[in-house]
Amino acid sequence: MKPTPLLLLLSVLAGAAILFALGSGSSVGFDGLIDLASGNGAPLHERIILELRLPRALGAFAVGAMLAVAGALLQVLLGNPLADPYVLGVSGGAATGALLALLFGAAGIGVPSAALAGALFSTLLVFGLARGRGAWNPVRLLLTGVVVAAGWGAVIGLLLAVAPQASLKGMLFWLMGDLSQLENPWPGLGVLGVGLLLALPVARSLNVLARGELTAGALGVAVGPLRGFIYFTAALLTAAAVTLGGSIGFVGLVVPHLLRLTGGCDHRFLLPASALLGGTLLVVADTLARTVIAPQQLPVGVLTALIGVPLFLWLLHRGDAR
Amino acid sequence: MSTESVRIEVQAVTVAIGARTVCRELSLTPQPGELWAVLGCNGSGKTTLLHTLAGLRNPAAGRVLLAGHDLHTLSRRRAARYIGLQPQEEGAAFPATVLETALMGRHPHLGRWRGEGPEDLEQTQAALHTVGLEGFEGRSVATLSGGERRRLALATVLTQDPAILLLDEPTDRLDIQYAAAVLAHLGTLAAAGRTLLVVLHDPNLALRYCNHALLLFGDGETAQGSVTDLLTPEQLGRLYRHPLARVEGPDGPVLVPRASGR
Repeated sequence: MKPTPLLLLLSVLAGAAILFALGSGSSVGFDGLIDLASGNGAPLHERIILELRLPRALGAFAVGAMLAVAGALLQVLLGNPLADPYVLGVSGGAATGALLALLFGAAGIGVPSAALAGALFSTLLVFGLARGRGAWNPVRLLLTGVVVAAGWGAVIGLLLAVAPQASLKGMLFWLMGDLSQLENPWPGLGVLGVGLLLALPVARSLNVLARGELTAGALGVAVGPLRGFIYFTAALLTAAAVTLGGSIGFVGLVVPHLLRLTGGCDHRFLLPASALLGGTLLVVADTLARTVIAPQQLPVGVLTALIGVPLFLWLLHRGDAR
Repeated sequence: MSTESVRIEVQAVTVAIGARTVCRELSLTPQPGELWAVLGCNGSGKTTLLHTLAGLRNPAAGRVLLAGHDLHTLSRRRAARYIGLQPQEEGAAFPATVLETALMGRHPHLGRWRGEGPEDLEQTQAALHTVGLEGFEGRSVATLSGGERRRLALATVLTQDPAILLLDEPTDRLDIQYAAAVLAHLGTLAAAGRTLLVVLHDPNLALRYCNHALLLFGDGETAQGSVTDLLTPEQLGRLYRHPLARVEGPDGPVLVPRASGR
């Protein structure tokens, strides 16, 4: 499919997903949504839709979009189709921060603040270690990230082992990704906007970088500075997403691949399309997570993984066959 | 800088790979209209020298000047409008079509927000035609043969349209007819006022198509001159550490390897 019509289609899908989220739930359905649009909705329904569902849907959209854009950026940065936003240990650092905060009984803004601090610490740690004394290259960065992530995994295991029974469920939910605490969508949408504003101007340079380091240098791309810029943009998006929604898997890995298969590898298309499709998928997954076994809520990370694992395995299988 | 007057000037450049010296205080001023062959044994540092001239690597000593400016004071983007490099093959992690790949040659000429226009597309089609890849536009690069990929990489440099072309083994894995066509085209580019330095493995291609040669002996020593003066059985025998003989072919002299030990 041509990139421009595909982007339009993805925008329509995103709008439909938001409407689906607004009209889904036990207390008020799509008829309530229609009443609200025609101006004669009940005040209670209006409050549920506009003050509970809308912020959560927009927040979920921002988180999914940030993860998918970060995934697309890291895949080209590392020259590795299997890279996802968590490969560099950002989520491990964030999770360690959040779990420590939960363990010490922090609430409200305390948990996301600790997660953000952990994510930024891990970002700087990986960047500093990968750089070492010489110039860093993708293989070294990837290996450093994987090892640091494994280290965070051990710390997380330790924290879970020593945590008292009462805080364990909250910690597990955070680890699996949970959007039920999302009350204000603006921080997420703001960081998404900043990330796209940073990444889109270098989209064509990313196309050239994807052809190889030497080719990119010969065609006028300052490879080293571009890589540093992309690393920090991706880390910013990932840190914000993890802080707001916990470790939600598979959106960042699968969405860019789905789009490469349907619309091509031009990053001027791939980056905005990843934002739209990543956001759409997470809105749908989150709506299902809070409705399928209502009134109980599932962690949204469980649903994205349940959708993502078979989808990704199918993609991989298809790729082998060609 | 206008494309016509741009010259590359190598001033006392020393290139080293670790402890090994590729060239010691090399000075070279290739002129527009000259087609240089760069010859040397495997591992003598031909590629490293080419990368240094392209500004992708710092020399250990000396300077490379582009139109009088030190190459390292120029932005990569600006340098890439005047110097083109066809590297040896790199693996790419993501798929692309032939047209997309060749079109990337326009990258240094386009502003940040400007997309490729019809004239860029026209230039790309012409470059693909020159290397015999017309009709391949929609093909995925992954489906091309080794020789076709080399020709595509050359098409990308032709699309880039620089005044100075640095080509690393453009005839590698090419069939005879394509190798001859590529070198003949490089000759017309030189005649049109461009400067070309081309790494070759076959001294006979250098003898036939190039007018100047640079020899890298692998120990830091170099030699330069016109092909007729420089590409003698004595010089090349020393360069390749294998005896060569000069025989008269139908279109001029040809160098053939002799049996070892003669």
